Amino acid sequence: MARALIRMPTQAKKGEVIEIKTLIAHPMEPGVRRDSTGRLIPRHILNRFVCTYNGEEVFRADLFPAIAANPFLTFFTVVTASGELAFQWTDDDGTIQTETTQITVV
Amino acid sequence: MADVVKTQRELTRRQFLGTAAMGMTLASAVRGTAHASPERAAAAMRAVVGDAPVGIGKVGLDMPPIAENGNSVPLTVSVESPMTLAEHVRSIHIFAEENPLPNVAHFYLGSLAGKAQISTRIRLFKSQKIVAVAALNDGSFWSGSAEIVITLAACIEE
Repeated sequence: MARALIRMPTQAKKGEVIEIKTLIAHPMEPGVRRDSTGRLIPRHILNRFVCTYNGEEVFRADLFPAIAANPFLTFFTVVTASGELAFQWTDDDGTIQTETTQITVV
Repeated sequence: MADVVKTQRELTRRQFLGTAAMGMTLASAVRGTAHASPERAAAAMRAVVGDAPVGIGKVGLDMPPIAENGNSVPLTVSVESPMTLAEHVRSIHIFAEENPLPNVAHFYLGSLAGKAQISTRIRLFKSQKIVAVAALNDGSFWSGSAEIVITLAACIEE
């Protein structure tokens, strides 16, 4: 499991628009670089990111090798109800990493 | 060894220039296939928008005008939209014309998105123009672009 960081408020008013910052450790090997012996280093990236809020999709991204290592993504959501935000990254090798955070409407 | 030296000496200026020119043509031909061009970026964009017209405006790209290192360039894309049920942004697509692969990212916004603004960090192979295309819920497409100078390219070092 790669280290992932989520930064967002844990409490917000209903209807408020909040910013969510996500960062995950990953080399995002673009597949065009060569090692010291001249061999092509195979592509290995996270190709998809999805954020859901109480099961509803807020934001989804298809990522390409042009995304820098340790992908950082910032986006926004409207606060509708207390509950859970889930963050999911899909690797080229098929593994999926999921992180969750709780939000409370005050 | 002596033969080789002799051959090199006998090489006339014309032969030398001819060989050099051929080498350059070959190099540019290889380059043309190995790397993206504005045409390939346009093709990648057409794959997203189809035949629909793409207006210029509404989309803002915020990135530094010059970056020392192409490996990690901060980029913020924002679209002027109230983000209501009646009027919102469905998706935003980023293209880098001179990267080996012109696609950078496709972003899809749900109805809860609240604000059409996304930030990330991207890799750039060389100085170039970055284009962002936004698809609105009314079916229209809008684009914005930004020029950036890269002093150290991504993707070349180990």
